[in-house]
Amino acid sequence: MKSSNALWKDALSGKMPENLAREVDIYETEITLRKQGKIDERLFAETRLRRGTYGQRYDNGQRYDGTKFQEIHYPSGELTKGPNTMWDAPGMQRIKIPGGGLNADQLETMADLAEEYSDDIAHVTTRQDFQLHYIHIDDTPSLMRRLAAAGITTREACGNAVRNVTACPYAGVCQDETFDVTPYSRALAKFLLGHPDCQNFGRKFKPAFSGCAQHACGLTNIHDVGFIAATQMENGVEKRGFQMFVGGGLGAVPYMAKLFDSFVPVGEILPLTQAIARVYARLGEKKNRNRARIKFLIQDLGIEKFKQLVLEERKTLPHDPRWTDFVKDAEQFTEFPLTPGGESPSTDSAGFKRWLKTNTRPQKQPGYVVVTVALPLGDITANQLRSLADIVRRFTKETVRTTVEQNFVIRWVSLSDLAEVYKALEAVGLGDPGAGAIVDIVTCPGTDTCKLGISSSRGLAGELRTRLAESSFRMDESVQHLHIKISGCFNSCGQHHVADLGFYGVSRKMGGFAVPHFQVVLGGEWEHNGGSYGLPVVAIPSKNIPQVVTRLTERYVADRASGETFKDFVKRIGKVELKKALEDLAKPPADPTDRSFFSDWGDPREYTLGDMGVGECAGEVVSSVEFDLAAAERELFEAQIALEGGQIEKAGQTAYHSMIYAAKALVKISYPNISDDPGEIIGEFRTRLYDTQKFWDPYAGGKFANYLFDAQRKADQPYTGDSSRYLIDEAQLFIDAAHSCYNKMGTTVGV
Amino acid sequence: MSSPINLQHVNVKLLASNPEQVDLEPLIPVFHSWIEGQIFEELLLDVADYRHVQAGPGVVLIGHQANYSVDNADNRLGVRYNRKAPLEGSNQDRLRQAARAALAAFERLESETRLSGKLRFNGREIKLYVNDRIMAPNRSSTREALKPELEAFLGKLFQGSEYTLSHGSDPRSLFAVDVKANRAFSVSELQANLAS
Repeated sequence: MKSSNALWKDALSGKMPENLAREVDIYETEITLRKQGKIDERLFAETRLRRGTYGQRYDNGQRYDGTKFQEIHYPSGELTKGPNTMWDAPGMQRIKIPGGGLNADQLETMADLAEEYSDDIAHVTTRQDFQLHYIHIDDTPSLMRRLAAAGITTREACGNAVRNVTACPYAGVCQDETFDVTPYSRALAKFLLGHPDCQNFGRKFKPAFSGCAQHACGLTNIHDVGFIAATQMENGVEKRGFQMFVGGGLGAVPYMAKLFDSFVPVGEILPLTQAIARVYARLGEKKNRNRARIKFLIQDLGIEKFKQLVLEERKTLPHDPRWTDFVKDAEQFTEFPLTPGGESPSTDSAGFKRWLKTNTRPQKQPGYVVVTVALPLGDITANQLRSLADIVRRFTKETVRTTVEQNFVIRWVSLSDLAEVYKALEAVGLGDPGAGAIVDIVTCPGTDTCKLGISSSRGLAGELRTRLAESSFRMDESVQHLHIKISGCFNSCGQHHVADLGFYGVSRKMGGFAVPHFQVVLGGEWEHNGGSYGLPVVAIPSKNIPQVVTRLTERYVADRASGETFKDFVKRIGKVELKKALEDLAKPPADPTDRSFFSDWGDPREYTLGDMGVGECAGEVVSSVEFDLAAAERELFEAQIALEGGQIEKAGQTAYHSMIYAAKALVKISYPNISDDPGEIIGEFRTRLYDTQKFWDPYAGGKFANYLFDAQRKADQPYTGDSSRYLIDEAQLFIDAAHSCYNKMGTTVGV
Repeated sequence: MSSPINLQHVNVKLLASNPEQVDLEPLIPVFHSWIEGQIFEELLLDVADYRHVQAGPGVVLIGHQANYSVDNADNRLGVRYNRKAPLEGSNQDRLRQAARAALAAFERLESETRLSGKLRFNGREIKLYVNDRIMAPNRSSTREALKPELEAFLGKLFQGSEYTLSHGSDPRSLFAVDVKANRAFSVSELQANLAS
């Protein structure tokens, strides 16, 4: 697209690492070959994905404009960059930042790219990456060359590969870490990048490092492989190692990581991860991508069997000097300050005081603090990035990192410089207080740009942020530090499972019209590396979610026991009571002419307006289906209550029955006389809705129907705590999918 | 007119008067309706809302060949046209095309009832950018090379009326020129000047 694309290769010749330059050359050739039709679109799609080049919403060549679907006629015509993905359609470029570590030059490069190829915004993700949106694929080789010249690669930022290796952004300066995990995370990232044993996975593989067990910063519990720093004494000498966890992951059904080994010596973390990668590549699911993450393999094998296979694999690995080459340097690794440490500043400024309270954190090194730059919705402009580069050069030795809360941290700020740092940040709009507080909302891109988005997570986050920006500082102290996390769909990119108040997008029908909703997820824990996962309580129309936040926080303040966390409060009060407190918000607007419910936050288009013209023809059957789906939801809620009460078997059975109810609701549309027999219901569901692909998610395909079939297959086996918990999550997704299916049928099925 | 610099990816930003009175939220439905009607020659695709970012791009109408936005970069609110696709023709052609597009967008926004007439061109200030560092780095040699092009373009735009030019000195920034006319012009006057 850029007329200068041909110039960058020569201009940067000799300035890029040779291997990165070569990779971009190959990629550019693949682009040329795809344009000539010499590479299949599926192969090309995986090729670009492994370089972090994604599709984006509306790239299939059509867009709903609020009244009708419009064809988008791109200049390149029918040329595609993947199945059903038009060549000219804007896309997203993800940029891996191992451990979130950057220098000032790299910040400036990011600024230039955001300005020249994107829309002036760089977005920090929940895995310490950057994302640039609205990128034309023809520009990506130049963009990658400019990154390579700054020492950054986008390789394996997406695709079935090892994704960004994340690490606690406070590593090395945290007051209660075991040791600095930075050099170990970097060594693993370097070792696994492009490793031949990591090129044949069925899905992605995400590693994470944390310096401690108690804080959230590394989120090791939600990762495929997680490392928590540990030490042990050997012959009177303290040795470094890691607690190693495997098989965690959020996604539609979240799995808590399982302990693989309580102490892996530092020299073993690379080969052991390599062995895990080999076992995963060999035994992991390949055909059904919905069960292809390593968490499913571990669930199927059991952790002990999995561990046995990995340890056997480890013995077969040919020695690689890289396994231990880094260890000696790692133990010496340290960062240095630019200026001597100082003393806490005194101030009368309310704004500065507020910022000091929420956006600074003392380092273990006396006289220094970590400053958090809170980014609204993870967004930063090109000018702000350049200003940030100036600030980190002026006050530190360029010690800046991104965080999984979509912020930056500036490390090694002398206390004596704090007032000036605040002044400099504030001058460029980066001095907002509230980092890590209730106003610092984490969100995925949602319907703004993501092809999978169901509801507008960014729109909701923006609205909540506006409402909370001032009021949060007048709220009770206990509320100020709650975490709100929002995903636009069930896939959990916004990490809603580990929030105090989590939300994920779903759709529901009200009065024959589709309405954007969010499931309210309560009971998750951010601390302890994502210590527990919340469960959905009730789906609420998007426009009522701010009231949900108000009600729940006010109730928490009013009824909280002394020192009680929000998670414990939710457990004590119980989901039945909390659901009751929200139920009126789940209802349609009292005023039937109030159309605001039928559009989403920040998007005035009527939400699936196409349903409206034909919704009326569904008549009474519509009411009946909605009634039956509501019954399925009630049944599922009973399952949750049973699980909370420790009635594992009942929880599993009830969750399974809730799926049967939802399946029957849909079957009844075309076969009103269906019996109550589960076997017949599932058989008819398969024939009428699965085989015909009516119960088909545009991206997940038959994933949710397979949850039902799996549940039927396992129905005569006893449930465990884990399996009933997973089934409850799967049942919720199945019921959500039933609602979506029913919404779609409103336009296509005459009943 | 010849110039060693091939001017592509020209941006034109027309600065607004009374920016503190302008609410950007109503722009979102306005831009969506522009997509629905495909009212410009560019293929219009999406709306990006960055109101939450200080001194940022504001609300952006994403197009294939160009973006339109009501942009608040440097805390200066204005209507911006950002040409993304290369254009045939001379440098003058490209400067005029970008200016015409920015003026056309501003004309529509000034008369847009959903904005209550609050978004108005301030009549004097225009910012020109070249959104491509390798073709137009922000340095004095670029300024010198482009001086005749800019004089020719601004001479036509202001029909000989006087104006002042200023440049930022940060070599990291895009090449940009701040233009301030000595007298106020309306959007329609500038459109007529370009068409003459």
